[in-house]
Amino acid sequence: MKPKLQQTDLIIVGAGPAGLSAATAAADNGLSVTVIDEFPEPGGRMLGQFHEEQGHWWVGKRIADELIEKNRAQGVSIRCGVSVYGMLKVDQLWEVSTSHGTWTAPRVLLATGAAEIPMPTCGWTLPGVMSIGAAQVMTNVHYVKPGKRGLIIGVNVLAMAIARELSVSGVMLAGIVLPPGGPLAGKAALPRNNLQVLMGLSHLAPSPILRFGGKIAYALGMAGIVSSLFPRRGIKLWDIPLKLRTAAVSINGTDRVESVTLADVNAKGEIIAGSEREEAVDFVALAGGLYPLAELASVAGCPFIYTPELGGHLPLHSERMQTPVEGLYVAGNITGVESALVAMAQGQLAAASICSDAGVLGEDGDRKVVEAIGEVQRVRASALIQFHPGIPEARRKIYRMWQQTYEAGV
Amino acid sequence: MKSNRDTVSFTFNGKPLTGYRGEPIAAALLAAGIRTLRKHEESGNPRGLYCAIGHCMECRLSVQGKGIVRSCLTPLEDGMTVLEGQQLANEITGRKLP
Repeated sequence: MKPKLQQTDLIIVGAGPAGLSAATAAADNGLSVTVIDEFPEPGGRMLGQFHEEQGHWWVGKRIADELIEKNRAQGVSIRCGVSVYGMLKVDQLWEVSTSHGTWTAPRVLLATGAAEIPMPTCGWTLPGVMSIGAAQVMTNVHYVKPGKRGLIIGVNVLAMAIARELSVSGVMLAGIVLPPGGPLAGKAALPRNNLQVLMGLSHLAPSPILRFGGKIAYALGMAGIVSSLFPRRGIKLWDIPLKLRTAAVSINGTDRVESVTLADVNAKGEIIAGSEREEAVDFVALAGGLYPLAELASVAGCPFIYTPELGGHLPLHSERMQTPVEGLYVAGNITGVESALVAMAQGQLAAASICSDAGVLGEDGDRKVVEAIGEVQRVRASALIQFHPGIPEARRKIYRMWQQTYEAGV
Repeated sequence: MKSNRDTVSFTFNGKPLTGYRGEPIAAALLAAGIRTLRKHEESGNPRGLYCAIGHCMECRLSVQGKGIVRSCLTPLEDGMTVLEGQQLANEITGRKLP
């Protein structure tokens, strides 16, 4: 029996900040919109995010609730617990195959977000070892503590932001340490590289990093001096010991995490022999960073480009969020890892592009798209959480490549 | 916030437990102190949840009537019979199940 086709003007895959923002904007212009997400509730990773911003708290859950309410009022259909596994263009219509039947639409927006980069570590398959995002979701979305006392391995923007959330939520952390050196960890195991990451975060941190700021900046210019400046016992960041001269050697336990073996490292990230000791913890959060989750773009036949500043391989797209595949658009972290606020602005931009291409904006189409592009740039410039300093330049490079490839001679 | 959630009963490997209706099975099990969700199909080593958002497939286990599911994405229902993922036989190495 052929499954029933459910037709709509626009299918959005992903009910996070980008997808929900795009849905409400497109519905506002009269399109019928279906948003599909395999997580049981809408909101995406915003559901677990919160941080302090100039004296007040930015709470992702609240923003998500507002967006969901807006969408419901506009008649947007949000289908959660539905997994998309295929996309095929048949007679100018996309057929989107899901665990709950097939939807069709002339236009599809992929707002699938990002996934975490796995960080293989000795003992990482033990129950109790999880990605840093899993610790965040368990704590802030499901209200279940990931354990009694944990350790974070890996120093990056995501790790620092979530460490703060866990500490506010009452989850005890033994500290944040470096991953073990080696080909898999790469630069993430180098103390010097991690200081650079932290300098990019100093605007988020209270006094300790700021106090150390000058010394750290000085040390960055002189490789090797770092290890003599950064205190071996670490510094406290929001009550969490941040240990840039300590690496995790292995995670230990028989059928669950019981401890982590830690050791001191030199400025090159090499273990100092004889410094190994055990830290008792019952969970470990691995923070390897994020990459764009883009398999569906590949299934749909979209070409990819490699841009390390934006998280790796991502679908080629224009500044208007179009891909080279007709009727296929992208927005949010699938286009490069940035904060939720940028993703929301990108969602609105994608909706403007889609509505303009669908002809429902009349003569205003181009103007609205250009306005939305300006808004993305404004939000990006003022974003508090910058995942990589090279983002604006990397984006300009992609859009130039697009113009040279697809708009030449037009 | 998530106040006034219904408490439901379910079993894991035959053990009676309670959790909140609609929370992922993996969250209900973690709240009950259970971390091992499956035995690795090949090695039999214990495995738990890893990403908690459906990407990694580490938390798969079986729910009677549904088959093998990702426990981080599957909402808990009243009366569910949940079993941990099992080690499998391997015809190539000759390993048989106990």
